[in-house]
Amino acid sequence: MIRLSVPFRQALARLSLPMMLMVSLCLVLIGRADQNFSGHLRASMDDVLAPAYHFVGAPIVAAEHSGGVIGHLFDLQAENEQLQAENATLLQWQAVAMALAAQNNALKASLNYVPAPAPAFFTGDVVADLGGVYARSVLVVLPPSDNDPSAMVGAVAMDGRGVAGRVVEAGTRSARVLLITDLNSHIPVGLGADGSPALMVGTNGSDPALLYWAPGQPPAEGAMVLTSSVGGAFPPGLPVGVVHYNAQNDPVVLPLADLDSLRLLRLFSYANNEPKLTPVPQDAKAAAKHRKH
Amino acid sequence: MARRTTVRRRPSLWRRLDALSRLAFPAGMMVFGLFMLGLPFGIPGQAEFRPAYAMACVFFWSLYRPQSMPAPVVAIIGLVLDLLGLTPIGLWAVLLLCLHGATVASRRRLIPQSFLMTWAVFIAMSAALSGLGWAGEVAFGMHVLPLRPLAAQIITAAGVYPAVAGFFIRAHRGAAAVELA
Repeated sequence: MIRLSVPFRQALARLSLPMMLMVSLCLVLIGRADQNFSGHLRASMDDVLAPAYHFVGAPIVAAEHSGGVIGHLFDLQAENEQLQAENATLLQWQAVAMALAAQNNALKASLNYVPAPAPAFFTGDVVADLGGVYARSVLVVLPPSDNDPSAMVGAVAMDGRGVAGRVVEAGTRSARVLLITDLNSHIPVGLGADGSPALMVGTNGSDPALLYWAPGQPPAEGAMVLTSSVGGAFPPGLPVGVVHYNAQNDPVVLPLADLDSLRLLRLFSYANNEPKLTPVPQDAKAAAKHRKH
Repeated sequence: MARRTTVRRRPSLWRRLDALSRLAFPAGMMVFGLFMLGLPFGIPGQAEFRPAYAMACVFFWSLYRPQSMPAPVVAIIGLVLDLLGLTPIGLWAVLLLCLHGATVASRRRLIPQSFLMTWAVFIAMSAALSGLGWAGEVAFGMHVLPLRPLAAQIITAAGVYPAVAGFFIRAHRGAAAVELA
Protein backbone atom coordinates (compact mmCIF):
# COMPACT_ATOMS: atom_id res chain seq x y z
CA MET A 1 0.00 0.00 0.00
CA ILE A 2 1.14 3.50 -0.76
CA ARG A 3 1.36 5.62 2.35
CA LEU A 4 -0.03 9.11 1.98
CA SER A 5 0.07 11.94 4.46
CA VAL A 6 -3.14 12.58 6.38
CA PRO A 7 -3.94 16.04 4.91
CA PHE A 8 -3.30 14.75 1.39
CA ARG A 9 -5.57 11.80 1.99
CA GLN A 10 -8.30 14.07 3.36
CA ALA A 11 -8.01 16.37 0.37
CA LEU A 12 -8.21 13.37 -1.94
CA ALA A 13 -11.35 12.10 -0.16
CA ARG A 14 -12.95 15.52 -0.39
CA LEU A 15 -12.07 15.90 -4.06
CA SER A 16 -13.16 12.45 -5.19
CA LEU A 17 -16.89 13.24 -5.32
CA PRO A 18 -16.61 16.41 -7.46
CA MET A 19 -14.05 14.69 -9.67
CA MET A 20 -16.28 11.67 -10.19
CA LEU A 21 -19.22 13.97 -10.90
CA MET A 22 -17.13 15.74 -13.55
CA VAL A 23 -16.09 12.40 -15.09
CA SER A 24 -19.70 11.19 -15.16
CA LEU A 25 -20.94 14.42 -16.73
CA CYS A 26 -18.18 14.10 -19.34
CA LEU A 27 -19.37 10.55 -20.03
CA VAL A 28 -22.90 11.86 -20.54
CA LEU A 29 -21.56 14.40 -23.05
CA ILE A 30 -19.40 11.80 -24.83
CA GLY A 31 -22.41 9.47 -24.96
CA ARG A 32 -24.46 12.26 -26.53
CA ALA A 33 -21.77 13.21 -29.04
CA ASP A 34 -20.90 9.66 -30.12
CA GLN A 35 -23.77 7.17 -30.13
CA ASN A 36 -21.38 4.32 -30.90
CA PHE A 37 -19.44 4.86 -27.67
CA SER A 38 -22.17 3.57 -25.40
CA GLY A 39 -23.07 0.90 -27.93
CA HIS A 40 -19.55 -0.50 -27.94
CA LEU A 41 -19.27 -0.35 -24.15
CA ARG A 42 -22.62 -2.07 -23.78
CA ALA A 43 -21.81 -4.76 -26.33
CA SER A 44 -18.48 -5.56 -24.69
CA MET A 45 -20.11 -5.75 -21.25
CA ASP A 46 -22.91 -7.94 -22.64
CA ASP A 47 -20.27 -10.29 -24.10
CA VAL A 48 -18.89 -10.77 -20.59
CA LEU A 49 -22.30 -10.97 -18.92
CA ALA A 50 -24.07 -13.28 -21.36
CA PRO A 51 -22.01 -16.44 -20.52
CA ALA A 52 -22.27 -15.59 -16.81
CA TYR A 53 -26.05 -15.26 -17.05
CA HIS A 54 -26.17 -18.46 -19.08
CA PHE A 55 -24.25 -20.27 -16.34
CA VAL A 56 -26.29 -18.86 -13.45
CA GLY A 57 -29.63 -19.19 -15.22
CA ALA A 58 -29.13 -22.85 -16.23
CA PRO A 59 -30.33 -24.30 -12.88
CA ILE A 60 -33.43 -22.09 -13.02
CA VAL A 61 -34.29 -23.33 -16.51
CA ALA A 62 -33.59 -26.93 -15.42
CA ALA A 63 -35.83 -26.52 -12.36
CA GLU A 64 -38.55 -25.08 -14.55
CA HIS A 65 -38.36 -28.05 -16.91
CA SER A 66 -38.24 -30.68 -14.19
CA GLY A 67 -41.02 -28.95 -12.24
CA GLY A 68 -43.05 -29.08 -15.42
CA VAL A 69 -42.39 -32.80 -15.85
CA ILE A 70 -43.52 -33.62 -12.33
CA GLY A 71 -46.51 -31.33 -12.67
CA HIS A 72 -47.52 -32.97 -15.94
CA LEU A 73 -47.43 -36.48 -14.45
CA PHE A 74 -50.70 -35.89 -12.64
CA ASP A 75 -52.79 -34.93 -15.64
CA LEU A 76 -51.05 -37.15 -18.15
CA GLN A 77 -54.22 -39.03 -19.11
CA ALA A 78 -56.34 -35.93 -19.77
CA GLU A 79 -53.49 -34.26 -21.64
CA ASN A 80 -52.98 -37.35 -23.78
CA GLU A 81 -56.61 -37.40 -24.84
CA GLN A 82 -56.50 -33.69 -25.61
CA LEU A 83 -53.34 -34.11 -27.65
CA GLN A 84 -54.83 -37.01 -29.62
CA ALA A 85 -57.88 -34.92 -30.46
CA GLU A 86 -55.66 -31.99 -31.43
CA ASN A 87 -53.48 -34.28 -33.50
CA ALA A 88 -56.46 -35.55 -35.47
CA THR A 89 -57.51 -31.96 -36.24
CA LEU A 90 -53.95 -31.03 -37.16
CA LEU A 91 -53.70 -33.98 -39.57
CA GLN A 92 -56.74 -32.61 -41.39
CA TRP A 93 -55.11 -29.20 -41.51
CA GLN A 94 -51.91 -30.79 -42.79
CA ALA A 95 -53.80 -32.12 -45.79
CA VAL A 96 -55.26 -28.64 -46.37
CA ALA A 97 -51.81 -27.05 -46.02
CA MET A 98 -50.23 -29.50 -48.48
CA ALA A 99 -52.96 -28.84 -51.02
CA LEU A 100 -52.55 -25.08 -50.56
CA ALA A 101 -48.76 -25.34 -50.83
CA ALA A 102 -49.10 -27.25 -54.12
CA GLN A 103 -51.59 -24.69 -55.41
CA ASN A 104 -49.31 -21.85 -54.28
CA ASN A 105 -46.34 -23.40 -56.07
CA ALA A 106 -48.39 -23.79 -59.25
CA LEU A 107 -49.54 -20.17 -59.08
CA LYS A 108 -45.99 -18.95 -58.41
CA ALA A 109 -44.69 -20.97 -61.35
CA SER A 110 -47.26 -19.42 -63.66
CA LEU A 111 -46.36 -15.90 -62.41
CA ASN A 112 -42.58 -16.36 -62.80
CA TYR A 113 -42.30 -15.54 -59.11
CA VAL A 114 -38.80 -14.83 -57.81
CA PRO A 115 -38.50 -16.34 -54.32
CA ALA A 116 -37.03 -14.19 -51.57
CA PRO A 117 -33.59 -15.36 -50.42
CA ALA A 118 -33.75 -17.54 -47.32
CA PRO A 119 -32.40 -15.63 -44.34
CA ALA A 120 -29.51 -16.87 -42.22
CA PHE A 121 -30.54 -17.41 -38.63
CA PHE A 122 -29.13 -18.12 -35.20
CA THR A 123 -31.03 -19.59 -32.31
CA GLY A 124 -30.08 -18.23 -28.92
CA ASP A 125 -31.14 -18.60 -25.31
CA VAL A 126 -32.63 -15.54 -23.66
CA VAL A 127 -30.41 -15.28 -20.60
CA ALA A 128 -31.30 -11.92 -19.10
CA ASP A 129 -34.16 -9.47 -18.99
CA LEU A 130 -32.24 -6.20 -19.18
CA GLY A 131 -34.89 -3.61 -19.64
CA GLY A 132 -34.88 -0.30 -17.89
CA VAL A 133 -37.84 1.54 -16.48
CA TYR A 134 -38.53 3.06 -19.90
CA ALA A 135 -36.94 0.33 -22.01
CA ARG A 136 -37.78 -3.24 -22.87
CA SER A 137 -34.90 -5.41 -24.00
CA VAL A 138 -33.53 -8.91 -23.50
CA LEU A 139 -30.03 -10.35 -23.77
CA VAL A 140 -29.53 -13.33 -26.05
CA VAL A 141 -26.41 -15.50 -25.90
CA LEU A 142 -25.06 -16.43 -29.33
CA PRO A 143 -22.74 -19.23 -30.40
CA PRO A 144 -19.25 -17.74 -30.73
CA SER A 145 -18.46 -16.93 -34.34
CA ASP A 146 -15.84 -15.01 -36.26
CA ASN A 147 -18.43 -13.11 -38.23
CA ASP A 148 -18.60 -9.35 -38.03
CA PRO A 149 -20.91 -8.69 -35.04
CA SER A 150 -22.33 -5.55 -36.65
CA ALA A 151 -23.90 -7.79 -39.32
CA MET A 152 -26.30 -9.04 -36.66
CA VAL A 153 -27.54 -5.54 -35.85
CA GLY A 154 -30.99 -5.14 -37.32
CA ALA A 155 -31.74 -8.87 -37.31
CA VAL A 156 -35.37 -9.76 -36.65
CA ALA A 157 -35.96 -11.74 -33.44
CA MET A 158 -38.84 -14.21 -33.37
CA ASP A 159 -39.94 -16.72 -30.81
CA GLY A 160 -41.94 -19.78 -31.88
CA ARG A 161 -45.04 -17.76 -32.68
CA GLY A 162 -44.28 -14.25 -33.82
CA VAL A 163 -41.99 -11.25 -34.00
CA ALA A 164 -40.52 -10.35 -30.61
CA GLY A 165 -38.20 -7.51 -31.57
CA ARG A 166 -35.08 -6.46 -33.35
CA VAL A 167 -31.36 -6.67 -32.51
CA VAL A 168 -30.03 -3.23 -31.59
CA GLU A 169 -26.56 -4.17 -30.35
CA ALA A 170 -24.47 -7.23 -31.00
CA GLY A 171 -21.15 -8.46 -29.74
CA THR A 172 -19.26 -11.63 -30.53
CA ARG A 173 -21.13 -13.70 -27.96
CA SER A 174 -24.30 -11.77 -27.24
CA ALA A 175 -27.02 -9.72 -28.85
CA ARG A 176 -29.41 -7.27 -27.29
CA VAL A 177 -32.96 -7.41 -28.63
CA LEU A 178 -35.21 -4.38 -28.36
CA LEU A 179 -38.71 -5.76 -27.85
CA ILE A 180 -41.72 -4.55 -29.82
CA THR A 181 -43.20 -3.16 -26.59
CA ASP A 182 -40.33 -0.68 -26.13
CA LEU A 183 -41.16 3.02 -26.49
CA ASN A 184 -38.58 3.36 -29.27
CA SER A 185 -40.01 0.52 -31.32
CA HIS A 186 -41.93 1.75 -34.39
CA ILE A 187 -42.73 -1.04 -36.83
CA PRO A 188 -44.61 -0.64 -40.11
CA VAL A 189 -47.26 -3.34 -40.31
CA GLY A 190 -49.97 -4.53 -42.65
CA LEU A 191 -53.46 -5.27 -41.28
CA GLY A 192 -55.76 -8.05 -42.33
CA ALA A 193 -55.87 -9.89 -45.63
CA ASP A 194 -55.43 -6.78 -47.78
CA GLY A 195 -52.43 -5.59 -45.74
CA SER A 196 -53.67 -2.04 -45.19
CA PRO A 197 -50.74 -0.07 -43.77
CA ALA A 198 -50.38 1.12 -40.17
CA LEU A 199 -47.61 1.74 -37.67
CA MET A 200 -47.21 -0.37 -34.53
CA VAL A 201 -45.72 1.74 -31.74
CA GLY A 202 -44.44 0.37 -28.42
CA THR A 203 -45.99 1.97 -25.35
CA ASN A 204 -43.83 0.45 -22.57
CA GLY A 205 -46.91 -1.59 -21.67
CA SER A 206 -47.71 -5.14 -22.72
CA ASP A 207 -49.66 -4.29 -25.91
CA PRO A 208 -48.23 -1.96 -28.57
CA ALA A 209 -50.56 0.68 -30.02
CA LEU A 210 -51.64 0.96 -33.65
CA LEU A 211 -51.28 4.37 -35.26
CA TYR A 212 -51.64 5.98 -38.70
CA TRP A 213 -54.13 3.54 -40.17
CA ALA A 214 -56.06 4.77 -43.20
CA PRO A 215 -58.80 7.23 -42.13
CA GLY A 216 -62.27 5.79 -42.55
CA GLN A 217 -60.89 2.24 -42.41
CA PRO A 218 -60.36 1.46 -38.74
CA PRO A 219 -58.56 -1.82 -38.09
CA ALA A 220 -61.01 -4.67 -37.55
CA GLU A 221 -61.04 -6.44 -34.23
CA GLY A 222 -59.26 -9.77 -34.56
CA ALA A 223 -57.49 -8.85 -37.82
CA MET A 224 -54.05 -10.41 -38.29
CA VAL A 225 -51.10 -8.02 -38.01
CA LEU A 226 -48.11 -8.84 -40.25
CA THR A 227 -44.88 -6.93 -40.77
CA SER A 228 -44.68 -4.75 -43.83
CA SER A 229 -41.60 -3.99 -45.91
CA VAL A 230 -42.30 -0.24 -45.89
CA GLY A 231 -39.09 1.49 -44.85
CA GLY A 232 -37.00 -1.60 -45.51
CA ALA A 233 -36.39 -2.50 -41.89
CA PHE A 234 -38.49 -5.67 -41.86
CA PRO A 235 -39.25 -8.31 -44.46
CA PRO A 236 -42.96 -8.47 -45.32
CA GLY A 237 -45.38 -11.02 -43.95
CA LEU A 238 -43.91 -12.03 -40.59
CA PRO A 239 -46.68 -12.65 -38.03
CA VAL A 240 -46.76 -10.03 -35.24
CA GLY A 241 -50.13 -10.24 -33.51
CA VAL A 242 -53.84 -9.65 -33.59
CA VAL A 243 -55.80 -6.36 -33.49
CA HIS A 244 -57.75 -5.75 -30.31
CA TYR A 245 -59.65 -2.74 -28.98
CA ASN A 246 -58.67 -1.90 -25.40
CA ALA A 247 -60.82 -0.34 -22.66
CA GLN A 248 -60.22 3.16 -24.07
CA ASN A 249 -61.46 1.89 -27.46
CA ASP A 250 -58.02 2.40 -29.02
CA PRO A 251 -56.74 -0.30 -31.36
CA VAL A 252 -53.76 -2.21 -29.92
CA VAL A 253 -51.86 -5.28 -31.04
CA LEU A 254 -51.92 -8.42 -28.90
CA PRO A 255 -48.48 -9.84 -29.71
CA LEU A 256 -48.30 -13.51 -30.67
CA ALA A 257 -44.84 -13.79 -29.10
CA ASP A 258 -44.85 -14.58 -25.41
CA LEU A 259 -42.91 -11.44 -24.46
CA ASP A 260 -43.16 -11.89 -20.69
CA SER A 261 -41.39 -15.23 -20.61
CA LEU A 262 -39.09 -15.44 -23.59
CA ARG A 263 -36.72 -18.41 -23.42
CA LEU A 264 -35.50 -18.98 -26.96
CA LEU A 265 -35.26 -16.50 -29.80
CA ARG A 266 -34.38 -17.04 -33.44
CA LEU A 267 -32.50 -14.13 -34.95
CA PHE A 268 -32.98 -13.82 -38.71
CA SER A 269 -30.56 -11.55 -40.50
CA TYR A 270 -32.08 -10.71 -43.84
CA ALA A 271 -30.00 -9.69 -46.80
CA ASN A 272 -29.49 -5.97 -46.67
CA ASN A 273 -30.67 -5.08 -50.16
CA GLU A 274 -33.64 -2.91 -49.37
CA PRO A 275 -33.42 0.88 -49.63
CA LYS A 276 -32.14 2.35 -46.40
CA LEU A 277 -34.95 4.58 -45.25
CA THR A 278 -34.55 3.64 -41.60
CA PRO A 279 -30.79 3.36 -41.19
CA VAL A 280 -29.35 1.54 -38.22
CA PRO A 281 -27.10 4.12 -36.49
CA GLN A 282 -24.14 1.79 -36.04
CA ASP A 283 -24.09 0.56 -39.62
CA ALA A 284 -22.52 3.52 -41.38
CA LYS A 285 -19.69 4.07 -38.93
CA ALA A 286 -18.96 0.37 -38.49
CA ALA A 287 -18.69 0.00 -42.25
CA ALA A 288 -16.38 3.01 -42.41
CA LYS A 289 -14.18 1.51 -39.69
CA HIS A 290 -13.92 -1.80 -41.52
CA ARG A 291 -12.84 -0.08 -44.66
CA LYS A 292 -10.00 1.57 -42.75
CA HIS A 293 -8.58 -1.70 -41.33
CA MET B 1 -6.70 0.39 25.60
CA ALA B 2 -3.93 -2.08 26.26
CA ARG B 3 -2.96 -2.16 22.63
CA ARG B 4 -1.60 1.37 22.51
CA THR B 5 1.35 0.40 24.66
CA THR B 6 2.32 -2.60 22.56
CA VAL B 7 4.52 -2.33 19.50
CA ARG B 8 2.44 -1.90 16.37
CA ARG B 9 2.83 -4.95 14.18
CA ARG B 10 1.93 -5.44 10.59
CA PRO B 11 -1.39 -7.29 10.43
CA SER B 12 -1.13 -10.79 8.99
CA LEU B 13 -2.08 -11.50 5.40
CA TRP B 14 -5.27 -13.30 6.38
CA ARG B 15 -6.35 -10.46 8.57
CA ARG B 16 -5.74 -7.97 5.82
CA LEU B 17 -7.69 -10.12 3.37
CA ASP B 18 -10.50 -10.35 5.91
CA ALA B 19 -10.56 -6.57 6.32
CA LEU B 20 -10.47 -6.09 2.55
CA SER B 21 -13.37 -8.46 1.96
CA ARG B 22 -15.39 -6.70 4.64
CA LEU B 23 -14.57 -3.35 3.04
CA ALA B 24 -15.65 -4.64 -0.38
CA PHE B 25 -18.82 -6.33 0.93
CA PRO B 26 -21.27 -3.44 0.25
CA ALA B 27 -20.08 -2.82 -3.32
CA GLY B 28 -19.90 -6.56 -3.99
CA MET B 29 -23.42 -7.15 -2.73
CA MET B 30 -24.66 -4.27 -4.83
CA VAL B 31 -23.12 -5.54 -8.07
CA PHE B 32 -24.28 -9.08 -7.27
CA GLY B 33 -27.83 -7.84 -6.64
CA LEU B 34 -27.89 -5.84 -9.87
CA PHE B 35 -26.65 -8.93 -11.74
CA MET B 36 -29.26 -11.23 -10.17
CA LEU B 37 -32.07 -8.78 -10.91
CA GLY B 38 -31.29 -9.26 -14.62
CA LEU B 39 -32.20 -12.96 -14.60
CA PRO B 40 -35.43 -13.56 -16.50
CA PHE B 41 -37.65 -14.44 -13.54
CA GLY B 42 -40.61 -12.83 -15.25
CA ILE B 43 -41.59 -10.85 -12.15
CA PRO B 44 -43.83 -7.93 -13.14
CA GLY B 45 -42.02 -4.64 -12.62
CA GLN B 46 -38.62 -6.32 -12.45
CA ALA B 47 -37.10 -3.43 -14.39
CA GLU B 48 -38.06 -1.00 -11.62
CA PHE B 49 -36.24 -3.06 -9.00
CA ARG B 50 -32.76 -2.42 -10.39
CA PRO B 51 -32.60 1.37 -9.91
CA ALA B 52 -34.59 1.07 -6.67
CA TYR B 53 -32.10 -1.45 -5.28
CA ALA B 54 -29.14 0.67 -6.41
CA MET B 55 -30.58 3.77 -4.72
CA ALA B 56 -31.30 1.89 -1.49
CA CYS B 57 -27.75 0.46 -1.42
CA VAL B 58 -26.03 3.78 -2.11
CA PHE B 59 -28.19 5.56 0.47
CA PHE B 60 -27.70 2.97 3.20
CA TRP B 61 -23.95 2.49 2.83
CA SER B 62 -23.23 6.20 2.27
CA LEU B 63 -25.10 6.84 5.50
CA TYR B 64 -23.67 4.14 7.76
CA ARG B 65 -20.38 3.11 6.18
CA PRO B 66 -19.17 5.74 3.69
CA GLN B 67 -15.65 4.24 3.64
CA SER B 68 -17.12 1.19 1.92
CA MET B 69 -19.04 3.24 -0.63
CA PRO B 70 -16.57 5.85 -1.95
CA ALA B 71 -17.48 8.12 -4.86
CA PRO B 72 -15.51 6.18 -7.54
CA VAL B 73 -17.35 2.96 -6.62
CA VAL B 74 -20.69 4.80 -6.79
CA ALA B 75 -19.77 6.19 -10.21
CA ILE B 76 -18.75 2.77 -11.56
CA ILE B 77 -21.95 1.15 -10.28
CA GLY B 78 -23.99 3.96 -11.84
CA LEU B 79 -22.22 3.28 -15.11
CA VAL B 80 -22.99 -0.45 -14.84
CA LEU B 81 -26.63 0.45 -14.21
CA ASP B 82 -26.66 2.61 -17.34
CA LEU B 83 -25.10 -0.16 -19.41
CA LEU B 84 -27.43 -2.88 -18.07
CA GLY B 85 -30.56 -0.88 -18.72
CA LEU B 86 -30.82 1.21 -21.86
CA THR B 87 -30.51 4.60 -20.16
CA PRO B 88 -28.23 7.28 -21.64
CA ILE B 89 -24.70 6.47 -20.52
CA GLY B 90 -23.55 8.38 -17.43
CA LEU B 91 -27.05 9.45 -16.37
CA TRP B 92 -27.39 7.09 -13.41
CA ALA B 93 -23.73 7.62 -12.50
CA VAL B 94 -24.49 11.34 -12.04
CA LEU B 95 -27.75 10.63 -10.20
CA LEU B 96 -26.23 8.10 -7.79
CA LEU B 97 -23.30 10.46 -7.12
CA CYS B 98 -25.81 13.21 -6.27
CA LEU B 99 -27.56 10.81 -3.87
CA HIS B 100 -24.21 9.83 -2.37
CA GLY B 101 -23.18 13.47 -1.94
CA ALA B 102 -26.50 14.48 -0.39
CA THR B 103 -26.46 11.51 2.00
CA VAL B 104 -22.87 12.07 3.12
CA ALA B 105 -23.58 15.78 3.63
CA SER B 106 -26.59 15.07 5.88
CA ARG B 107 -25.00 12.12 7.72
CA ARG B 108 -24.54 13.83 11.07
CA ARG B 109 -28.18 14.84 11.25
CA LEU B 110 -29.57 11.58 9.84
CA ILE B 111 -27.68 8.98 11.89
CA PRO B 112 -29.31 9.79 15.28
CA GLN B 113 -32.79 9.67 13.71
CA SER B 114 -35.18 6.73 14.00
CA PHE B 115 -35.58 4.18 11.20
CA LEU B 116 -38.92 5.64 10.12
CA MET B 117 -37.34 9.06 9.75
CA THR B 118 -34.44 7.76 7.61
CA TRP B 119 -36.95 5.81 5.55
CA ALA B 120 -38.96 8.97 4.94
CA VAL B 121 -35.80 10.84 3.95
CA PHE B 122 -34.88 8.00 1.59
CA ILE B 123 -38.33 8.09 -0.01
CA ALA B 124 -38.03 11.85 -0.55
CA MET B 125 -34.51 11.53 -1.98
CA SER B 126 -35.34 8.57 -4.25
CA ALA B 127 -38.47 10.32 -5.51
CA ALA B 128 -36.44 13.43 -6.35
CA LEU B 129 -33.78 11.28 -8.01
CA SER B 130 -36.32 9.27 -10.04
CA GLY B 131 -37.90 12.54 -11.15
CA LEU B 132 -34.50 13.84 -12.22
CA GLY B 133 -33.85 10.58 -14.08
CA TRP B 134 -37.18 10.92 -15.85
CA ALA B 135 -36.39 14.55 -16.77
CA GLY B 136 -32.94 13.51 -18.00
CA GLU B 137 -34.33 10.79 -20.24
CA VAL B 138 -37.01 13.14 -21.57
CA ALA B 139 -34.34 15.76 -22.35
CA PHE B 140 -32.03 13.26 -24.05
CA GLY B 141 -34.72 11.31 -25.87
CA MET B 142 -36.55 14.48 -26.97
CA HIS B 143 -39.92 12.87 -26.33
CA VAL B 144 -42.21 12.84 -23.31
CA LEU B 145 -42.11 9.56 -21.40
CA PRO B 146 -45.11 8.13 -19.56
CA LEU B 147 -45.34 8.98 -15.86
CA ARG B 148 -46.64 5.63 -14.67
CA PRO B 149 -43.23 3.85 -14.70
CA LEU B 150 -41.84 6.79 -12.74
CA ALA B 151 -44.53 6.36 -10.07
CA ALA B 152 -43.92 2.60 -10.08
CA GLN B 153 -40.21 3.18 -9.56
CA ILE B 154 -40.79 5.55 -6.63
CA ILE B 155 -43.20 3.11 -4.96
CA THR B 156 -40.81 0.20 -5.57
CA ALA B 157 -37.92 2.16 -4.07
CA ALA B 158 -40.00 3.02 -1.01
CA GLY B 159 -40.99 -0.63 -0.58
CA VAL B 160 -37.54 -2.09 -1.25
CA TYR B 161 -35.70 0.03 1.33
CA PRO B 162 -36.95 -1.65 4.55
CA ALA B 163 -36.20 -5.12 3.14
CA VAL B 164 -32.74 -4.11 1.95
CA ALA B 165 -32.03 -2.18 5.16
CA GLY B 166 -33.12 -5.11 7.33
CA PHE B 167 -30.54 -7.29 5.63
CA PHE B 168 -27.85 -4.62 5.53
CA ILE B 169 -28.19 -3.66 9.21
CA ARG B 170 -27.15 -7.22 10.05
CA ALA B 171 -24.34 -7.07 7.52
CA HIS B 172 -23.28 -3.69 8.93
CA ARG B 173 -22.68 -5.36 12.29
CA GLY B 174 -21.23 -8.57 10.85
CA ALA B 175 -20.01 -9.25 7.32
CA ALA B 176 -19.27 -5.64 6.42
CA ALA B 177 -17.78 -4.56 9.78
CA VAL B 178 -14.14 -3.78 8.96
CA GLU B 179 -13.35 -3.10 12.64
CA LEU B 180 -14.12 -6.74 13.49
CA ALA B 181 -11.46 -8.09 11.15
